[in-house]
Amino acid sequence: MAMDDPRVVVVGAGPAGVRAAEALVKHGLRPLVIDEAPLSGGQIYRRPPPGFRRTTKELYGFEAAKAEAIHRTFDGLTDVIDYRPRTLAWNVQDRVLYTACDDVVTPVSFDALLLATGATDRVLPFPGWTLPGVYTLGGSQVALKHQGCAVGRRMVFLGSTPLLYLVAYQYARAGAEVAAVLDTAPFSAKVRAVPKLLSNTSMFVKGLYTMAALHRLGVAIEHGVRPVAVEGDDAVAGLRYRRRGEGEVRIDCDAVAFGFGLRPESQLADLADCDFRFDPVFHQWLPQCADDGRAGEGIYLAGDGARIGGADAAEVSGELAALSLIEDLGGGPGDKARSVELSRRLSSLVRFQAGLAGAFPWPADMARSLPDNAIVCRCERVTAGEVRQAVQRPLGGGCEINRAKAFSRIGMGRCQGRFCGLSSAEISAAAQDRDISSVGRLRGAGPVKPIKLATVLDE
Amino acid sequence: METIGTDVVIVGGGLMGCSAALDLSRKGRSVVVLERGFVGAQASGVNFGLLRRQDRFLPQLPLANRAVEIWHRLENVVGEDCEVEIRGHLRFALDDEDMAVIEDYAAGAREYDFEIEILGGETLRRRWPWLSDRVVGAGWSPDDGVANPRLVTPAYARAARAAGADIREEHEAVEMTHDGGGFRIVTQNGLEVRASIMLNTAGAWSYHVSANFGEPVPLTAIGPPEAVTEPVPYFIEPTIQRVGSPVVVRQVQRGNVIIAGKPRGIADNVTNRAYVAPRSTLANMRKALEVVPSLGSLNLIRVWSGIEAALPDNLPVLGPSLTTPGLFHAFGFSGHGFQIGPAVGVVLSELAIDGRTETPIEPFTMGRFADYEGEGSDA
Ligand SMILES: Cc1cc2nc3c(=O)[nH]c(=O)nc-3n(C[C@H](O)[C@H](O)[C@H](O)COP(=O)(O)OP(=O)(O)OC[C@H]3O[C@@H](n4cnc5c(N)ncnc54)[C@H](O)[C@@H]3O)c2cc1C
Ligand SMILES: Cc1cc2nc3c(=O)[nH]c(=O)nc-3n(C[C@H](O)[C@H](O)[C@H](O)COP(=O)(O)OP(=O)(O)OC[C@H]3O[C@@H](n4cnc5c(N)ncnc54)[C@H](O)[C@@H]3O)c2cc1C
Repeated sequence: MAMDDPRVVVVGAGPAGVRAAEALVKHGLRPLVIDEAPLSGGQIYRRPPPGFRRTTKELYGFEAAKAEAIHRTFDGLTDVIDYRPRTLAWNVQDRVLYTACDDVVTPVSFDALLLATGATDRVLPFPGWTLPGVYTLGGSQVALKHQGCAVGRRMVFLGSTPLLYLVAYQYARAGAEVAAVLDTAPFSAKVRAVPKLLSNTSMFVKGLYTMAALHRLGVAIEHGVRPVAVEGDDAVAGLRYRRRGEGEVRIDCDAVAFGFGLRPESQLADLADCDFRFDPVFHQWLPQCADDGRAGEGIYLAGDGARIGGADAAEVSGELAALSLIEDLGGGPGDKARSVELSRRLSSLVRFQAGLAGAFPWPADMARSLPDNAIVCRCERVTAGEVRQAVQRPLGGGCEINRAKAFSRIGMGRCQGRFCGLSSAEISAAAQDRDISSVGRLRGAGPVKPIKLATVLDE
Repeated sequence: METIGTDVVIVGGGLMGCSAALDLSRKGRSVVVLERGFVGAQASGVNFGLLRRQDRFLPQLPLANRAVEIWHRLENVVGEDCEVEIRGHLRFALDDEDMAVIEDYAAGAREYDFEIEILGGETLRRRWPWLSDRVVGAGWSPDDGVANPRLVTPAYARAARAAGADIREEHEAVEMTHDGGGFRIVTQNGLEVRASIMLNTAGAWSYHVSANFGEPVPLTAIGPPEAVTEPVPYFIEPTIQRVGSPVVVRQVQRGNVIIAGKPRGIADNVTNRAYVAPRSTLANMRKALEVVPSLGSLNLIRVWSGIEAALPDNLPVLGPSLTTPGLFHAFGFSGHGFQIGPAVGVVLSELAIDGRTETPIEPFTMGRFADYEGEGSDA
């Protein structure tokens, strides 16, 4: 499809989007880059608001050099691309992307769309998780990185993800008291994953360094725990949990940060009609895309929005997807040699991520054993018991997750199932004694994030 | 191959099929319902839930009145609370020309025992102060309301099953023949059903059934656009509908405001997907604000649609087949079948048992399409 002046749109200005935009510009294109955040950088390289004066070393630690490189690259592009910050891409249909900024909608038609939308925390509920003072790991990190504030004074970190140790360490360094780091995975899972993790020695070493540093700071780290409940009436007062094969333990704290890995922000890919498949390694539904980013005619996916790969993989896959896009537009053969090199690097990084997925497994049993009165969908206040009821009622197809949604209202609220979708599928699968992949996934619908009713169309 | 003999076989487990199954079972007939997916998962389960009579084709009012009577006691009929709320329907006008449309309709409706009260702008704003100043008047029908579509059809299906109906989900009728003695239906998974009476209640897929018996119809699949906001304290009690530039707004008691309108979107009855055009979402948002200005600061959180059967004159087919004795059709409800659904079920049951019904259904005859030779929308 050779074109004179192709309209190329990139959604997301994190590491994947920045490297994609850079490659597009290098090949003579002038992409439109849309990001709902006020500043570029994405999650990991999120920039503080103007006027904040922490150094990049303080902000990004080990990754300071990479952060600076991404920021510098993007700042160098802003004159040669059409960059629209504070702009939400909320729908896509028939080759038109609908964007909203300050309650004005601008439809953008495109020849090629590259989605580099990143990820959010993957949530698994437990009793008390909706109490004020309980945050996701990502959320607590954003507070620290972006605003320079801690979400609590005495904190417990809980979950199964590399971010668990990293965020605990960042909080400890910032001066918060870390009462405990509670890893739901048994230590043996980490030992078993070592061979795969060694595919990226520097990342592996950084991980070990973080754990050792927490240890040096005297932080208690426990493995193989299960949360019982967050305690407190209208704020967090403590956390009860169980150690493997032992009784309950209670720990005082005023905040809990938890997370169970990440999930791609794949709603736009869904609306763009990409296929989805359940991936047993990452234990979630992922949009189908080739390693080179091709995900359908004129649709390209990159970074964590396609498959959780981390920041380095995001940079690589962003550039790679852009090269595929350029090749498809007929602007020459792209850069074959570069594509091959990038593919090679990407597959090694993906292997490392598969290792991480093994070292930090998703504790599906937590969903299975969640008490009936625990909330699963916080937007609509739907409990685990209500999901189970919807599933077990005869007739109407509650066995399928979209039908369970119709009967119980899970996933019908503001977040549209981004946070409760996977856990409610888990609960519903367990209630039927079926495999999670057989209950389906919540279908996407626009807007991918809320838009004001007073929004007007500008054409 | 499993074979079942039954009095009546019903193809399609939407509201029409399930309400017919309940009435037939209660009247002692054996019934098998074949549903390709899950009962009430298509149009009947995803609609706006509006039980309005105003603006209906006048000769349809006897059917609609019959339905009102059932909706008012639905919990007794199906044994489950389906969030039926009879809080009235307001059809309003922004100018005198539109007001004349409302008054004309009210005069016509009176002939069919449907009383519509005409309210002026002052009265309206005193009673419902959140209505826009621009509203000049309205027709008020206090006996109309809403129900939760997600709950109604499965409740009918469970009640029918309890009354003896054999309801088979994930059974798609793929072979349908009539051999003088009766009907033979075979499903995709090898179930054979033999029956003397057959009901075609297959929604947007009904023309496969009718064409199979030599009655093609110009049916198209449409997707009415629906949108919903985040929840806010309950204040919009009646459902409100604007004349002329159609928009319908209601609020569910838990707080969300639902907005429906036009134009109808694209629905695909082959891939079974329905799309809402973002432009129509935006247009309906704007129209909703024109009538309830205070909604402006709310967030819209989701849109949806469904796959509805429409016929060119926007009226359904309801009545006997003209080619095949013992076959009755009920489809093509063109965006307004939910309200009349419970009555359609009872009428189908009467047709199946007695071959006739007291409720006038002549305008909905299959004969309208006797000359049609083409095929349905997805052929
Ligand atoms: C909260 C959080 C914290 C993390 N912290 C770390 C960490 O400390 N270390 C680490 O190695 N990894 C971390 N990760 C993983 C991190 O996501 C990746 O390493 C890296 O940021 C992925 O880059 P990306 O370009 O794919 O996506 P991102 O960096 O997430 O960038 C995606 C961008 O797309 C924009 N966007 C998304 N959807 C839309 C839309 N609909 N409209 C407009 N804009 C949109 C977002 O605003 C964002 O700027 C974190 C992830 C999360 C979610
Ligand atoms: C978005 C939307 C909003 C609406 N809003 C309103 C409203 O507010 N008020 C109102 O009165 N009406 C409304 N309607 C219209 C109303 O929902 C429909 O007219 C009504 O539900 C039709 O019911 P049905 O049983 O004919 O069809 P359906 O509910 O579609 O049922 C037909 C069933 O047949 C099954 N089927 C098809 N082929 C086969 C086969 N070969 N074998 C076995 N099974 C088969 C299908 O799977 C389906 O379940 C709306 C419709 C939509 C889509």
